[in-house]
Amino acid sequence: MRNEPSAPDSEGYFGEQFGGRFVAETLIAALDALEAAFEQARGDAAFQDELNAQLATYVGRPSPLYFAERWSAQLGGARIYLKREDLNHTGAHKINSCMAQALLARRMGKTRIIAETGAGQHGVASATAAARLGLECVVYMGARDIERQKLNVYRMQLLGAEVRAVESGSATLKDALNEAMRDWVASVENTYYIIGTVAGPHPYPLLVREFQSVIGREARAQILDAAGRLPDQVIACIGGGSNALGIFSAFIDDAEVALIGVEAAGEGLDSGRHAASLGRGSIGVLHGNRTYLLQDGDGQISPTHSISAGLDYPAVGPEHAWLMQQGRAQYVSCDDAEALAAFHALCAGEGILPALESSHALAHAARIAPQLDAGDILLINLSGRGDKDVDTVRSLTP
Amino acid sequence: MSRIRTRFDSLAARRARALIGYIVAGDATSGPGLMRALTAGGADVIELGMPFSDPMAEGPIIQRAHERALSAGTSVPGVLEQAAAFRRVDEDTPVVLMGYLNPLERYGCTAFAADARTAGVDAVLCVDCPAGERSPLERALEAEGLEKIQLIAPTTAPGRCREILTHASGFAYAITLRGVTGAADLEVEAVRARTAELKALSDIPVVAGFGIKSPGDAARLSEVCDGVVIGSALVGAVGGCDNAEAAAVQLEMLMHSYRTAIDSGNPA
Repeated sequence: MRNEPSAPDSEGYFGEQFGGRFVAETLIAALDALEAAFEQARGDAAFQDELNAQLATYVGRPSPLYFAERWSAQLGGARIYLKREDLNHTGAHKINSCMAQALLARRMGKTRIIAETGAGQHGVASATAAARLGLECVVYMGARDIERQKLNVYRMQLLGAEVRAVESGSATLKDALNEAMRDWVASVENTYYIIGTVAGPHPYPLLVREFQSVIGREARAQILDAAGRLPDQVIACIGGGSNALGIFSAFIDDAEVALIGVEAAGEGLDSGRHAASLGRGSIGVLHGNRTYLLQDGDGQISPTHSISAGLDYPAVGPEHAWLMQQGRAQYVSCDDAEALAAFHALCAGEGILPALESSHALAHAARIAPQLDAGDILLINLSGRGDKDVDTVRSLTP
Repeated sequence: MSRIRTRFDSLAARRARALIGYIVAGDATSGPGLMRALTAGGADVIELGMPFSDPMAEGPIIQRAHERALSAGTSVPGVLEQAAAFRRVDEDTPVVLMGYLNPLERYGCTAFAADARTAGVDAVLCVDCPAGERSPLERALEAEGLEKIQLIAPTTAPGRCREILTHASGFAYAITLRGVTGAADLEVEAVRARTAELKALSDIPVVAGFGIKSPGDAARLSEVCDGVVIGSALVGAVGGCDNAEAAAVQLEMLMHSYRTAIDSGNPA
């Protein structure tokens, strides 16, 4: 095993304060049981073999590393490589963690899966993994998101999942997460809760990071093979931050590699309509962990906005808060318009439809690449494909 | 001696059980009227919910009350004002504030504890700050002499109960079984066993709560512990009223029905 410079301590904290288990006592026993099962599975060669077989034959791993030669030339600077998580089964990196967690659920003797979803990608991946293993699946989704993402709702239903609308609060992702937690409190005996990102109470931030780290392990070997050296910068978009930690984790020890997370600036950081928890938030406690949050002066959680539903979340995984505090990773943001421009550039320039989430990472690359030269290498995690976003893009393009 | 201790001692002397009523601060009114209605109906202790945008552990009825209170502009300062207004007209009934960590930390734990003390608050139950997590809240409460109510879940292991009780004062709040296996008879037996277990570890009273609906359930559960908490039934009644006066009448009547059921189950 490679060493883990950013592993949480035994109580689930990254550094002194980020992370933890800020949940009602009703969930503590379930989290203890999950932590024990995860640690055991992690060290069990049979579990790893089974997971690797599923990743190879069902998910379609390894995903390719692609040199975006035309787009690099158009930008006129750095060489840009894309890690093609968009080519995974179900169209995004989410399936890596869902498949692994579903296997863990089966190993723990659970027969029912629950999940929360915003855009629907994590819901689709959870429903897929549940179908693959013959587990019952319930997905909680905000009523407003259901309205915005009808196609993904239907996809989940085709996969045999029940989609439950959440009407409370802002009727979006954070409220779906609250509702899934409530379900879990009452159903923990037979139910496994698949959290979609590197947030939530310990051990979820560690567990999801571990199951997404396959992205970085592959990408590091692939870039060494393709370019003969490590990249200068690794760039990924940040909602909760799972695709970013998936690719960052393999490069954390490589001090010469800059790690750049790109948050959603929505309609602009000064508009009040964005989702930049690290850029504009402050430290607080939400959904079981201490991290950076978007909150008002009374400590109530603020509404967020992004063109991309997957980044539309008022908090961020605690490990990112810690990487920022340590100065090991830098966090920037791109707004809706920049993301949309990058979406179009990659479509036209490379024949690849990127997810609007991933388009934020592309937009930052487009911003910096022209100032660099052909000797510089940018590695971007193309975390998902944009088929799901076609309606949104059409409605926003004159 | 603390108000909570005094109240439980006096109940024990009469062989009566504590009736604890929960409402959300700022729901229907920012004044002390609904708290007074609870005591008029027979509540021994009042739990006052502190509104939060993301009350993860609450069911839909209480969650809607949090939303109503927030739309009415109630946050921590409003909660403290309401508690203080009640204390001016009732010197004896213990008040427990129940809520979530983020608004308290934002207010500042030290300032919160000091201001709660000044407002006449007796104890705080922070739902999402379980024993052992890293927050300045516990020390701040101790520094002001406020009591710390801790939850014990049906799934809490014996070793963990011991750990939790080292962080607890006032009373221990045992969450009753519910959901898939929540048959009422099972709940009574589970609470009986849990109470015995907690009593062996500590001398603080044990109350049961979460999802206790009918006066009959309250009476049967109260026989096997020191008291019961009624929440959703009260909060739902407030939500169903058009104004605070109507809500006060409803709350007093409801509390009275629980009081009668509990006292007849536990004759003095």
